Amino acid sequence: MTAVFYIAGAVALISTLLVITRRNTIHALLLLVISLLAVAVVFYSLGAPFVAALEVIVYAGAIIVLFLFTVMLLNVGRQAEGDEPGRLRAAHWLAPGLLAGVLLALLAIAIASGPSAQVGARAVGPAEVGAALYGPYAIGVELASTLLLAALIGARHLGQRQREADLGTVTAAATTPAPAGPAGEPPAELVTAGAPASAAGDDPSVTGSPGDDEPAPAGRPVRFWRKDDV
Amino acid sequence: MAHVPFEYGLFLAAALFLVGLVGVLVRRNLIFVLASIEIMLNAAGLAFVVAGSRWGHADGQVMFIFVLSMAAAEVAVGLALALLFRRAFGSLDVDAASRMRG
Repeated sequence: MTAVFYIAGAVALISTLLVITRRNTIHALLLLVISLLAVAVVFYSLGAPFVAALEVIVYAGAIIVLFLFTVMLLNVGRQAEGDEPGRLRAAHWLAPGLLAGVLLALLAIAIASGPSAQVGARAVGPAEVGAALYGPYAIGVELASTLLLAALIGARHLGQRQREADLGTVTAAATTPAPAGPAGEPPAELVTAGAPASAAGDDPSVTGSPGDDEPAPAGRPVRFWRKDDV
Repeated sequence: MAHVPFEYGLFLAAALFLVGLVGVLVRRNLIFVLASIEIMLNAAGLAFVVAGSRWGHADGQVMFIFVLSMAAAEVAVGLALALLFRRAFGSLDVDAASRMRG
């Protein structure tokens, strides 16, 4: 098991270095999965099988999949590779790499100057972790659940604002009566009816105002889904 | 179980954390910045687990679970913000948002 620690640690370090140097987002995320799996093996070799399983399930299974879904949603294949022109040249890596190297050296000295000890002498199984989690750390579990609820509501709110902004621009066209005017040129009153909705949807300062979630004022067109949204 | 010195585990955590730090400093793609933050949080969790394993207590693993839930909350909000960022600026380059409005 001692060799397992060193091999998995080396794999984690190398794959993490590869993650931050890739151009392609999907490649980087798949390398990040390898890095997280290697860290899970390190956990297992240190006698922590419960967090090793959690690392695989939550990090590699949920978080990275969320990343991949977002990348697919953003549809940033070729364009993102062009987003960083020349950013991957050596000159850009020199200063941060040098400073990080100095910090790593300082940390290594600080770690080495402490008292030495062996690690992983005793395995700590899920039963002990669960007893601690629901014993002295019960308040932390409650706080973590509150944090997750807040993140859920926050993510939903951010996504909802984007959707409303989409709908605001659609309502002008959607409320146009078909026989009202000549084709290709909407009547004047519909343009004025749709303009405030689209302006309110595009301007973040307006959408962030407290009145955003209130019911639409009279005269504002009724919102409904665009066909290709569903 | 592995019998490795305590220092090596902490050194691995420090190295992973600094790789994530360099990623945050160098990369300009928002997805890479968020992934680098994940690397740094994971390294902090690794340090907790190593320290808990050194004393043979469960507390390090409990702290790792808290770090894990915090990372999950952070990435959910961060990726929602990335979607908004892409919509507002048309790209994922964080330099596009280097100026304030007004």
